[in-house]
Amino acid sequence: MFIRPTAALAAFLLVSAAPLAEAAEKPTDPQIAHIAYTAGTLDIEAAKLAIKKSKTKEVVDFAKDMERDHEAVNSQALALVKKLKVTPEDNATSQALTKAAKEERAKLAKLKGAAFDKAYIENEVAYHKQVDGALETLLIPSASNAELKSLLETGLKIFQGHEQHAEHVAGALK
Amino acid sequence: MRAGLLSLPVALALALIASPVLAATIEVTIDRLVFSPASVEAKVGDTIEWVNKDAFAHTATVKGGWEVMIPPKSKGRITLKAAGAVDYFCRFHPNMKGHVEVSP
Repeated sequence: MFIRPTAALAAFLLVSAAPLAEAAEKPTDPQIAHIAYTAGTLDIEAAKLAIKKSKTKEVVDFAKDMERDHEAVNSQALALVKKLKVTPEDNATSQALTKAAKEERAKLAKLKGAAFDKAYIENEVAYHKQVDGALETLLIPSASNAELKSLLETGLKIFQGHEQHAEHVAGALK
Repeated sequence: MRAGLLSLPVALALALIASPVLAATIEVTIDRLVFSPASVEAKVGDTIEWVNKDAFAHTATVKGGWEVMIPPKSKGRITLKAAGAVDYFCRFHPNMKGHVEVSP
């Protein structure tokens, strides 16, 4: 996940910037909603794995915070798309994120104890950093609906908060 | 008007009697991960009440000091016991910051 989602998002940015790919210039609102929802769901899945595997209180508490916050954001997102009558649309970025997260989970599943804690938290720092970047540079500027944009902005603050929280936990593990 | 003038001394007297006993409650709103106002002034004995409009749980945490849990769409409060200035943050989202000046 450390490298792959970056590649996925970078590829998306490149495609967006390519002058010939005008149709794919920027994601549409249904695609943005799908990417944001997917990013949250993937972090919830990682959190569930950590809650199951970790024996360290700080790590389990952090994972529970991730699960709770991302479930709250995603239920707000679902309520909004329903209200706006928007159907989230699957897309290459969502698929790349999902594939990379699946690989990361498989990697984490093989680790135990301190090695698991370290790998999970470091990945959380990296993952949130990547999603922050995508929200800031691509998803928020591309969103055309004001309510969607506002929810993404709140999502960005949540993700930035989680990134700092993960950094605190990483520091405490050392 | 007449009634207003007459009641003014009464109101003042009541205020004078009440002020040593009545500690204030200072409200801080949390909306979309922002403490507002970010900085408040209070006296020892006053209560700070955080009103959380978010769907997310937050905390008001002073490093090495007190912590208030503020559940989603709910409130959290603390009565200030010591004078001094403290910075606080949300433990779940450390990018949320606030400040309290407590005078004796």
